[in-house]
Amino acid sequence: MTDTLDGGTVSDLTMLQAINETLHAEMARDDRVVVLGEDVARNGGVFRATEGLFEKFGEHRVVDTPISEAVIAGATVGLAIAGLVPVAEIQFLGFSYQAMHQLAGQVARLRYRTQGRYEPAITIRAPFGGGVRTPELHSDSLEAQFANMAGLKIVMPATAADAKGLLASSIREPDPVLFLEPLRGYRGIRGDVPNGDHLIPLGVARTAREGDDVVIITWSYQVELACRVADSLHSEGLSVRVLDLRSIVPLDIQAIAEAVTQCGRAVVVEESCETGGFAAEVVATINEECFWSLEAPVVRVSGYDVPYPVGMLEDVYVPDEARITTAVRRTLELG
Amino acid sequence: MTIPSDAQLREILVDMVIARTQSGRLWNLQRQGQVGTVAPVDGHEATIVAATHALDTEHDWVVPQYREPLALRRYGPEILECFMLYSLGHPAGGHIPDPIRVLPNQISLGTQIPHAVGISWGMTLRSEPGIALVFFGDGSSSEGDFYEAGNLAGVINAPVVMLCVNNRWAISTPVHLQTAAESFADKAAAFGIPGVTVDGNDATAVYDAVDEARKRALAGLGPTLIEAVIYRLGAHTTADDPSRYVPPEDLEAARRDDPVLRLACHLRELDLWDDVAQEETEAEALGLIDSAFDAAKSTPLTPDALLDNCFSTDTQRLARQRFQLLQARMTEAN
Ligand SMILES: Cc1ncc(C[n+]2csc(CCOP(=O)(O)OP(=O)(O)O)c2C)c(N)n1
Ligand SMILES: [Mg+2]
Repeated sequence: MTDTLDGGTVSDLTMLQAINETLHAEMARDDRVVVLGEDVARNGGVFRATEGLFEKFGEHRVVDTPISEAVIAGATVGLAIAGLVPVAEIQFLGFSYQAMHQLAGQVARLRYRTQGRYEPAITIRAPFGGGVRTPELHSDSLEAQFANMAGLKIVMPATAADAKGLLASSIREPDPVLFLEPLRGYRGIRGDVPNGDHLIPLGVARTAREGDDVVIITWSYQVELACRVADSLHSEGLSVRVLDLRSIVPLDIQAIAEAVTQCGRAVVVEESCETGGFAAEVVATINEECFWSLEAPVVRVSGYDVPYPVGMLEDVYVPDEARITTAVRRTLELG
Repeated sequence: MTIPSDAQLREILVDMVIARTQSGRLWNLQRQGQVGTVAPVDGHEATIVAATHALDTEHDWVVPQYREPLALRRYGPEILECFMLYSLGHPAGGHIPDPIRVLPNQISLGTQIPHAVGISWGMTLRSEPGIALVFFGDGSSSEGDFYEAGNLAGVINAPVVMLCVNNRWAISTPVHLQTAAESFADKAAAFGIPGVTVDGNDATAVYDAVDEARKRALAGLGPTLIEAVIYRLGAHTTADDPSRYVPPEDLEAARRDDPVLRLACHLRELDLWDDVAQEETEAEALGLIDSAFDAAKSTPLTPDALLDNCFSTDTQRLARQRFQLLQARMTEAN
């Protein structure tokens, strides 16, 4: 624990520890919060994100469910109607397909279809994303599919501090939130995390690196890579800004417009496949908001239009520093 | 065994006659192009009404499929008011007001069963007395949600009553193409919970089965699966032509066991029902639905109602869309 300038204290935590700490804090703060999912109680989650909750809060509030993603998601609707604040875990985002009809058709629509009678204070957590050589379907970046389900908020932190601040807000939020945790970030991302209550409002992007030649717009683990690219191009005298969206729904349209207007050039990075990916949405937003301030076409860096591949092909598929660097150089050469 | 009193049976019959009469009126309104698709209640009255008469409306939740609303009068006149709005396609139709413990219609088959399990589970977590009763059809029982929800309910001992309304048809698909199981109640074995089959045309039998399941749930003994066997006497919906697939002789036989006539006959024998009661109840039913329909038609819609209640507050995107929508509508108006 270290002291900060504003009198608070911080701890150096991994993203996983920040998530775990936040779950503890939110369960202690509000006894309506219940945690449910596969292996979340006795085992503390397959990644230990829910470690210690079962011991501290007991079997009624921390529940190992049968392997039934649809009813995990579906039961959150009923729990919310009954006045609880469910925080469900889908063990891997790729298995959210088994719950899609409940997530898209029910969780996302509960407020709308009942015109506000029920407050869907529901949080669904799920790990996702590449780089850790998982078996099939464990690594897929499905965020764009969920962004197309009106009514769902999609929060994708890139730092340990944000994981805490955004998860606390997501749990307290009266709207349903899909909280996506990058597998590579669980232990691979660490940093100072404010102790005590730390809330970050949903829908406010963060400037991860200052710069004004070009802005890289991205979210989740790709922010880490974008920052490395910005730092290394800095030594060449290039000023690269990194805008971390933090959530793709709600989207901080204003922050995107400001950054692009100031830099005139933009690269959008995502881990999903390219067609219909969320980067396309960001590019369309740039067109609508600040097309005339562009000095060059926006460049996208995405996965390829194939299913998420097996381990030996993973590094080809997932955007890396080299591909992001090339894209940044391209926007500087164009226009 | 808990048998409803004669007075209760009469109340049940009143609600059944009202449901049948209003369903007929709604059918005609659809044929006149005044409302959207209608799923008639004919044949379902005893099951729905008697089941809900066994509940405590203050504490117990009802989670319907889509054929139930007209038979849920016991939960308050707001159910009909909302249902008329719903039939018109007005968004307020989905907002059954607090504190009424009835969810709006569910169109995505089977998805309501996990919701009911979640509600009943939530009530135990909050130490609230009460249960959730969920209606679903024989066809819906083939959805994965039925199995996942029943299984979880068994594991967590949720105070839920799963009421499978076996009306023999899922649109044109007969039950033997829905399952090879002997009965729908048998499926309870997979969940480790009791399963019972009742004659769903017998209001007393349904009332008793639900009452017993409810008492078990309240006593902490967990869920029950009840199969109510009835026959769908009408079309699937206004969009369906059952003469293409329902054998006329089967329908003829089923009509001889019409649940409304059956209970009326019983109460006539007890001198608790007669032609006057029948006519007065039908007239009351029509009065109620007509005034609810008039009220629904005059319920206003704001120009940007489309965008309300998606999120607790508008996102930046929705705020932009709301502005654009209002601008466009103003231009149209000028
Ligand atoms: C998930 C889903 N699949 C298909 C449909 C189309 N559909 C509407 S009603 C229906 C039959 C339902 O039969 P059952 O559950 O027995 O209810 P009933 O209409 O007989 O009361 C079908 C297939 C739907 N609404 N939802
Ligand atoms: Mg049926």
